[in-house]
Amino acid sequence: MAKVTLKVYRGDKEKGEFKTYEVPIEDGMVILDAIHYIQANIDNDIAVRWNCKAAKCGSCSAEVNGKPSLMCKTRLDRFAKDEVITVQPLKTFPLIKDLVTDVSWNYEVNKHITPLTSKDEGEWVIYQEDIERVQEFRKCIECFLCQDVCHVLRDHDKHANFAGPRFLVRTAGLEMHPKDTASRTKYLKEEGGIGYCNITKCCTEVCPEEIHITDNAIIPLKERVVDDFYDPIAKFLKGLFKK
Amino acid sequence: MDNYKVIEHDVIVIGAGGAGLRAAIEASAQGVSTGLVCKSLLGKAHTVMAEGGIAAALANVDSEDGWQTHFCDTMKGGKMLNNYRMAELHAKEAPMRVKELEKWGAVFDRTKDGKILQRAFGGHKYKRLCHVGDRTGLELIRTLQDKGVHQGINVYMECTITKLFKDGDTISGAFGYYRNSGEYVLFKAKAIVLATGGVGKSFSVTSNSWEYTGDGHALAYEAGCDLIDMEFLQFHPTGMVWPPGVKGILVTEGVRGEGGILRNNKNERFMFKYLPESTRHEFAETEAEASQWLEATLNLTKSTARRPPELSTRDNVARAIYTEVKEGRGSPHGGVFLDISYQDSNRIKQKLPSMYHQFKELADVDITAGPMEVGPTAHYIMGGVRVDADTAQSKVKGLFACGEVSGGMHGANRLGGNSLSDLIVFGARAGLHAANYAKELKGKPSINGKEIEAEITDLERPLNAQSGQNPYDLHKELNHIMSTYVGIFREENDLVTGLDKLVELNKKLDNLKVVNNRTYNPGWHMCRDLKNMLICSMAITKSALSRKESRGAHSRLDYTETDKELSKVNSAVFKQDGEMKLEHTPTLSMPEELAKLFN
Repeated sequence: MAKVTLKVYRGDKEKGEFKTYEVPIEDGMVILDAIHYIQANIDNDIAVRWNCKAAKCGSCSAEVNGKPSLMCKTRLDRFAKDEVITVQPLKTFPLIKDLVTDVSWNYEVNKHITPLTSKDEGEWVIYQEDIERVQEFRKCIECFLCQDVCHVLRDHDKHANFAGPRFLVRTAGLEMHPKDTASRTKYLKEEGGIGYCNITKCCTEVCPEEIHITDNAIIPLKERVVDDFYDPIAKFLKGLFKK
Repeated sequence: MDNYKVIEHDVIVIGAGGAGLRAAIEASAQGVSTGLVCKSLLGKAHTVMAEGGIAAALANVDSEDGWQTHFCDTMKGGKMLNNYRMAELHAKEAPMRVKELEKWGAVFDRTKDGKILQRAFGGHKYKRLCHVGDRTGLELIRTLQDKGVHQGINVYMECTITKLFKDGDTISGAFGYYRNSGEYVLFKAKAIVLATGGVGKSFSVTSNSWEYTGDGHALAYEAGCDLIDMEFLQFHPTGMVWPPGVKGILVTEGVRGEGGILRNNKNERFMFKYLPESTRHEFAETEAEASQWLEATLNLTKSTARRPPELSTRDNVARAIYTEVKEGRGSPHGGVFLDISYQDSNRIKQKLPSMYHQFKELADVDITAGPMEVGPTAHYIMGGVRVDADTAQSKVKGLFACGEVSGGMHGANRLGGNSLSDLIVFGARAGLHAANYAKELKGKPSINGKEIEAEITDLERPLNAQSGQNPYDLHKELNHIMSTYVGIFREENDLVTGLDKLVELNKKLDNLKVVNNRTYNPGWHMCRDLKNMLICSMAITKSALSRKESRGAHSRLDYTETDKELSKVNSAVFKQDGEMKLEHTPTLSMPEELAKLFN
């Protein structure tokens, strides 16, 4: 039976190393299947998160040959024959064990975003064409691959100053909701740190839901921030009304 | 022994899928301190896998719809074994709960005039399923998650509950471990809501995730609750059959709701011949009539044509597919063909985007260009904790249950789309009544420290063992037993053999061995999951043996007809003197004003 060789990171905060495993290949097999094989047959204690196994829940994020990926949709047959595949945990978040990292920071960030706010208490009439964009953002499965790849978080550790692509997408989904009346530009400018993003589009490239994070969410939000805080004409008008 | 953390809340909700989240939101809104405990990260619960939609008689597309019709469809789908009061409350309250979701941020697909769009589904007379493409569950869970986060609910993620405590006959707390650290935790609570989902991981081919090990069923059973209707395990007719790694993964009923056609390897549209006499008149008689219905549906116009036969109830379609495959008319990988590729490819991608990606990426199949291969997969258990319909409270004071872990709502077979609505209707009710109960409870029920110590000893046995079996091997054995002897079609000999094997397997539970320590150790986690799965599997098998008839999802080869006497009873499994006991208890009888809706 054909086999694949995987180098999987094993360890915790203190110490760790790559361990090599040989796993028999089945048709259509994905990386997560290989990790499950190891778990059931070789090392019961190998830590991995997963739930749906169909790219719908965003639990099994890891770096496969250095690329942030969902293990459940990374097919083994995409790699060259005899290629050794490395699987390691997300770099941007603190390691717990093996392939599992502490992503709780993301849940804290989310708490700071003003939720949907509307005074319209009647039955809502909303047209499909007005929500296409919002629905695109709401496809997000919170795999945090975009957070992992974003250099502001990954290389510069700006977790305290920058919400990251995931939460810019979430904010965009609220800002562009036809019934929402709140403004989140102050949040975006200050706490959310949208200015840190220099639109390199790395997040868009790794998004398994193919959300156009940079073009459809971040850039329009940056424009809103500019309109509210840096637009000279608006500033002038505001000054007039103050008098 | 003080080697555990103690956390105290008025209400503890166990499970953070749709039901648990909705319960926690409601309890917290009542002003009581609320904790939400979940086995996975927040927002990853199995609810995200729900695809097709949420059933609510909004009558946005078919103006004739109303709660009465939804109620009747649900009862008929459940072969009248449902707790009628649950079905009634569900049908009446689902529309309000869906509208509430929208106000909380859910963005449903729209009709041309800007209302929530509704699609057809199996067993529903009218187009009733509110949806967001084919990712409705994700929309529901994310909406509730964001609502909950801003309401100040305390969330304890990646925490597994292994035991409930009682003070006399009153619930007093729950014990478990954090998966991350292996640290133990004791939750003291006045009221506990179980919202732990189902049991699918007992079967080898299932649409369910690792979490679905029947924890809530087992915890409730151990605490003294009745588990009713456990023989009714729904096999979803359409799971993926290839490649092996994704065998069982759900293919939404939305494919059929949008016009998907089932054919065998002789290109025969076989569902026409599997319609039961009792409902045949509700379905198209010919392919031409089915096509007319579809055309009207696609154009959002009215037609007198009846629904296609693929929209029969799940129990029926699953049996049909199983039979076609068994009789040699299956597809190359042991399923049948489900085809939607005759429709405009952009429409398919818009209405079924995740199915498109799922097949493209995992199976190399372009569903806009050719058929999918599908077959039955263990999906949902209708049976569960017996609760009072109005309050969701179980037999144990202060212990509530909602969603899949509760029993009664769906009777012998659940209609697609009725699960998501069940979650939010009864989640809200469980949360409200748990909060009220906690407010009214005088004093604090206590927890016996010795029970905690015993639980810790029990949990650590496989870590301390010198030798023993691999828990994953036992899991495979369990899967094999359940799939072989307690599958879609059942008979006395198989069930008896299956039960004997389960008893043997149960003995091996004391002889497990895992390596390493308690820090994020899935092997160790599996040991306790196995115990829960075995309790549920025995309850399913015993209940299946006791029901000597075929009804809904329970099909007996040795008793192929429905039995009039058995239509009046629910099976109930409970623990007595350390043994699993079973009795048949009478179903609730419907008041006249509801009964006459069926005339």
